[in-house]
Amino acid sequence: MIELRDVSKVYQIGEERVRALDHASLHVRPHEFVSVIGPSGSGKSTLMNIIGCLDTADAGEYLLDGTPIEAYTENELARVRNIKIGFVFQSFNLISKLSAEENVELPLIYQGVRTSERRERVRQALAKVGLEHRSKHLPTELSGGQQQRVAIARALVTRPSLILADEPTGNLDSHTGGEIMDMFAELHEQGNTIVLITHDNDIARRAKRVVHILDGRLTEVTL
Amino acid sequence: MLSIKMALRSIGANKMRAALTMLGIIIGVMALVVLVSLVTSTTETVTNEVSSLGSSLLTVVVNDDKGETVHLTDLRGWVDEQPAVGAVAPYARDSITGRFGSESGTFSVYGTTPDFHDINAQKLLRGRYLKNTDVANASRVCVLDETTAENLIGYSDCVGEKITLNGVKYTVIGVVENDKSISITSLFSGTAYTAYVPFTSLIRLSETATTAINAFYIGAAEGFSVDDAEKAMKDVLNRRFNDDEDAYTISSQNLIEEAMNSITNVLTILLGGIAAISLIVGGIGIMNIMLVTVTERTREIGIRKAIGASRSTILRQFLIEAVVLCMFGCALGIFISWAILQIISIITANTALVFHLQGRVVGLSVLFCFIIGVVFGLYPANKAAKMKPIDALHYGG
Repeated sequence: MIELRDVSKVYQIGEERVRALDHASLHVRPHEFVSVIGPSGSGKSTLMNIIGCLDTADAGEYLLDGTPIEAYTENELARVRNIKIGFVFQSFNLISKLSAEENVELPLIYQGVRTSERRERVRQALAKVGLEHRSKHLPTELSGGQQQRVAIARALVTRPSLILADEPTGNLDSHTGGEIMDMFAELHEQGNTIVLITHDNDIARRAKRVVHILDGRLTEVTL
Repeated sequence: MLSIKMALRSIGANKMRAALTMLGIIIGVMALVVLVSLVTSTTETVTNEVSSLGSSLLTVVVNDDKGETVHLTDLRGWVDEQPAVGAVAPYARDSITGRFGSESGTFSVYGTTPDFHDINAQKLLRGRYLKNTDVANASRVCVLDETTAENLIGYSDCVGEKITLNGVKYTVIGVVENDKSISITSLFSGTAYTAYVPFTSLIRLSETATTAINAFYIGAAEGFSVDDAEKAMKDVLNRRFNDDEDAYTISSQNLIEEAMNSITNVLTILLGGIAAISLIVGGIGIMNIMLVTVTERTREIGIRKAIGASRSTILRQFLIEAVVLCMFGCALGIFISWAILQIISIITANTALVFHLQGRVVGLSVLFCFIIGVVFGLYPANKAAKMKPIDALHYGG
């Protein structure tokens, strides 16, 4: 599924060279629910960007579903993000001008799915997160929890190989956060592969496997 | 289709800004369409009128008679002498104040002979044309055109009515249909009415007209072409003016048409060029606002890229937005141009001029706007497409 081998990434910030990832290796098998935990500045975001094909590593190897990613062109990476990865961000990242269903529809439009099939899949995805009755609403008309559920529907609608969640509860109160985490647990039950990135121990513990990240190095945590 | 809908929504989200941006394009299109339509419509009308004057018509203008004045008898002599010359009619004009009852106005009074109506292929509507005896006796009779009859007298069946020209009573003997070349002359000289009187009567009536003929029409005789008549007339006039070809000018309507066309072409290119410049300025406005839009929507671009939009998808999205903005402005500009031309047509309704949208210039402006949309949209769209997804996502938090 995901195979990171000795991946390194260095940023040049002014005079200083920041080693965001230092020979990080990670193997995620299909249907696994892995959480990556670490404090801010530990390299979490960089790891997430590389796993999510938003950025490429300086050194090392990254195999997604058996194919090496680092040689891909920008357009090929866009296609991988479109088909294989479903993102859920801390700040929801919905497009504010588009209604809930249009936001969910967007990745399918980029895939070139026909209108009738698109409608059906959007409906199903929104039903799965329990928001079919709010499909015409704009993000600003929805609560934080509802917005995050729309984002989850958008991630699910393409039936991706991997759902990648970056602090999905970071902008929510603990009750709503709990609900969102229940949803991730349920998605895992249904066979989805999930990588969840967080700084919160309680959230991380909801996963079956926890990986700790510090100064760009990964270590397995046994629960 | 979907992307056009999306573009319309993005534009609609900021209506005021879109309207101001489009203003440049609207004004540019209006300038192009209205100016070029005005010029081409005017020449089209004039050329049509000129060509409706009758195909066998030649106009002779005597520039310098060197004391060898041309008289009515000379004209008659030439008709008899030259088989190719079928008819000759002198042509003198003066603006004279006329009155009927309490109505008065400025007349274009033409002094001529009976052949005039013939050469000009003017249709008689009521009464009769001028006769040779009218010319011989310098009778106080006149032929009016339709517009004059209806506007001054009040009805077209006005044969027998008396009008006053410079204080002298003239009897209306006939009504002819409007001469289109003359209605253009009236438009430019600002005279409202037209009357035809015997050449000899005009000499008495007008202070400027004399027995010396300065301009006359020639018609080719049956079985002869206009060229034949022109050649014959040249022979006669060269003999008369000692081979000085500058002393007179013979023009056929073909020449007039050619001159009209070249004037139109120059004007069209000139005005079109000015309009094109304002369209380009409008295009720069579009580029400017698209650059602002791209910066404003950096985060949206990041989200779209993260969920799988490729470079070309983003490029297309912003390019379509720029083109739609341009085409919308173009459509509005064309509509406003149409309205303006409609208004001008109403104002000039009682002249021979007809103004309408020129299909060619509409097509041209649509094409031009499209090109401007693409050219000026490309740079901002490319800027959007080149953004890195992570940078775009983290923009502004």
